[in-house]
Amino acid sequence: MVELKTLKSVDVVTHMQNNFNYNNIARTPGHIDYDLFIKLPPMIPFDDVVVAYLNALSKALNKDSRTRIYPDVATFSFFCRKANILQIKKKFVKDDEIKLGRGLIFHIAPSNVPVNFAYSLIVGLLSGNSNIVRVPSKKYDQVEIIIDAINTLDDKGEHPIVSERIVLVSYDRSHIATKHFSSVCDVRIIWGGDETIRQIRENALPPRAFDITFADRYSICLINADKFAEELEPHKIAIGFYNDTYLFDQNACTSPHLVLWVGSKDHVKKAQQVFWRNLKKIVESDYEVQPVIAVDKLTSFFNQAIQMRKIKLISKGDNLLWRVSLDKLSNDIDDFRCNSGYFSEYHVNDIDELSSVINNKYQTLAYYGFSKEQMADFILKLHPFGVDRIVPIGRTTDFSLIWDGYNLINSLSRIIEIS
Amino acid sequence: MNLQPLLDVAPYSLGKKEKTKIFDHLLHQLTQHHYQNCLPYKYMMNGIDFDVNSGFTASQIPYLPVRLFKTNELYSIPKEKIVKTMTSSGTSGQAVSKIFLDKETSVSQTRALTKIVSSFLGSTRSPMLIIDSESVLKNRNLFSARGAGILGFSMFGTKRMYALNDQMKLELDRVIKFINQNQNERIFIFGFTFMVYQHFMKELRGNTVKLDLSKAVLIHGGGWKKLINESVTSAEFRNTLEQLCGIKSVHDYYGMVEQTGSIYMECEYGHLHAPVFSDIIIRNPHDFSIANVGEQGIIQTLSVLPQSYPGHSLLTEDEGVLLGEDDCLCGRLGKYFSISGRIKNAEIRGCSDTYAEQF
Repeated sequence: MVELKTLKSVDVVTHMQNNFNYNNIARTPGHIDYDLFIKLPPMIPFDDVVVAYLNALSKALNKDSRTRIYPDVATFSFFCRKANILQIKKKFVKDDEIKLGRGLIFHIAPSNVPVNFAYSLIVGLLSGNSNIVRVPSKKYDQVEIIIDAINTLDDKGEHPIVSERIVLVSYDRSHIATKHFSSVCDVRIIWGGDETIRQIRENALPPRAFDITFADRYSICLINADKFAEELEPHKIAIGFYNDTYLFDQNACTSPHLVLWVGSKDHVKKAQQVFWRNLKKIVESDYEVQPVIAVDKLTSFFNQAIQMRKIKLISKGDNLLWRVSLDKLSNDIDDFRCNSGYFSEYHVNDIDELSSVINNKYQTLAYYGFSKEQMADFILKLHPFGVDRIVPIGRTTDFSLIWDGYNLINSLSRIIEIS
Repeated sequence: MNLQPLLDVAPYSLGKKEKTKIFDHLLHQLTQHHYQNCLPYKYMMNGIDFDVNSGFTASQIPYLPVRLFKTNELYSIPKEKIVKTMTSSGTSGQAVSKIFLDKETSVSQTRALTKIVSSFLGSTRSPMLIIDSESVLKNRNLFSARGAGILGFSMFGTKRMYALNDQMKLELDRVIKFINQNQNERIFIFGFTFMVYQHFMKELRGNTVKLDLSKAVLIHGGGWKKLINESVTSAEFRNTLEQLCGIKSVHDYYGMVEQTGSIYMECEYGHLHAPVFSDIIIRNPHDFSIANVGEQGIIQTLSVLPQSYPGHSLLTEDEGVLLGEDDCLCGRLGKYFSISGRIKNAEIRGCSDTYAEQF
């Protein structure tokens, strides 16, 4: 259980905004002086103290036996290791550039992806900033494990420079808190959904501050059936796809909803059989459909049938895995999606056909049976409005410091030009 | 469509064999009718490869989720024949179901409802006490399922009296006067379950005046969702009513705007009964197969009334349990069942919006 701590500097804070009370919203750490907190100077990106902190965080998480139960926490812990961070640093830090964090980042994490808040936080730290992170108010073990580790490091006091730049908050239905944090931050990061973004944006930012928003996105999958026909371990590809989709109830922005097949007719037919059969096996043993989802899938299909007219439901039987065969690719295909295992699929003669449907809502393209060069050619040739990430099947949820087309380190820091 | 065979018999008089025969035939006809006259319905049936020309039984007819009527305008008649559009209740901002009625369907709804309700109230109309405020009919913004329900049931009442004022406060003096004026008659009380509980029962409980409604019949509906927090069971609801004002005849009903008329009434044993005009099938959420007696599942409702819109076979968002068929102790034939409640909202992972709901 997370030990709830309340802040002690309420009186210091009240003068910043009328009647703003930090009680009942703050979680950790328990001894922040907000007046001092907002004046903490920025750090350089990938500062050694941050790298050391993250490595210690990784170690603290590994010591916690609960980490082993949650692959998402284990993956996060693995990401925080010094070796990994230094590897990433090479890509983001240029020796001849002087950069500093922008100051204070206000992170609004989604309530449905437990570890997202932690990734958002470390992006803020790695780019050299102080952070206020709104963590999900829904109870998740993963959230508690990570908060426990952050508190442990704070209590030990071995990384004061970093620990003091982390404030995790949790509050319900409180416009005031969002309004207040928005009014003091330098960058606001809003994860999750168009409606959330619209509502949060009603709270003004200081003139120089800006938003980084992660809106509703649509993701797709592209499979080269000619290659898949030769695949010796189709089961492994299916596991990768399961992790891309069902692991997050096919409701993460990175989860493919549309599966496109390229290749000869025979290969596509065979590949489809093998691919879905393998996926179905995994779903049958690892996944359960909630009653309302069964109704959702039927509703989605009929709505899609009314609008698109000539689609066919291919999967018959249970409600675990629904496949919808399209008769054409249309611009509004991203409107017709469900979750928890509902896929539209289509055989494209050539991947160039995709350019007509990709709009700026498209985020991740998961692929199989193509080279990186082919994917790069595709983008350079067609200049689509959307698609920000192109990754092999199984890696759609991998976290990266480049997200939704933003280089987050660059966005959250500033370059100081000296001549 | 000839519904006369069903209108000619008592509403709970057909056993399984007889009912199946008539039902299969009528619903087969209806399915073909909607396929031929409602293009969206045709696209849906084609999408799942359902052949309307094959020989199929009522239980094989595809079911449309009720939510489809919120996102699509579905009707199987020329638009100019629409005489009434009914909408479901919904809080502001929420989409509402739109149900399009022609004269024929509207008339069948009334006739079916009359047959069902008269079998509980008797064929003579009674003085009617409505546990609601008259403003629910006057205020256009409030007018919805509640208003429609009151209007629909009003045909069974002679004089009508609203028990609540505009502030939803019980007008006890008015009610006592009404009871005294109609001492020798059976009073028909109608209201929504939550209104009856909140504004009638609770008020009476805190009052020393004891009403004598021992000859009255209460029909209430609208669901128990709001009463779950109060942890009131159906049995407690009846017992409390009897203690408070002597009402012995209390009947809940299950119905929806998408299938108005062919409602399911609660018998003396607390079971909901399918009348001859409609039927239910409980489906397993895992694969939509038909659940066994006693197994909880999603409720599908079939009705022979919807001709002007493709609502003859619907998948509701309620869960229930089939208790039996033709063998309820009350003597009514047909299936009888209980409602377990609304399907739970999904708790799914992923980054899509749930955060916004907290504001």
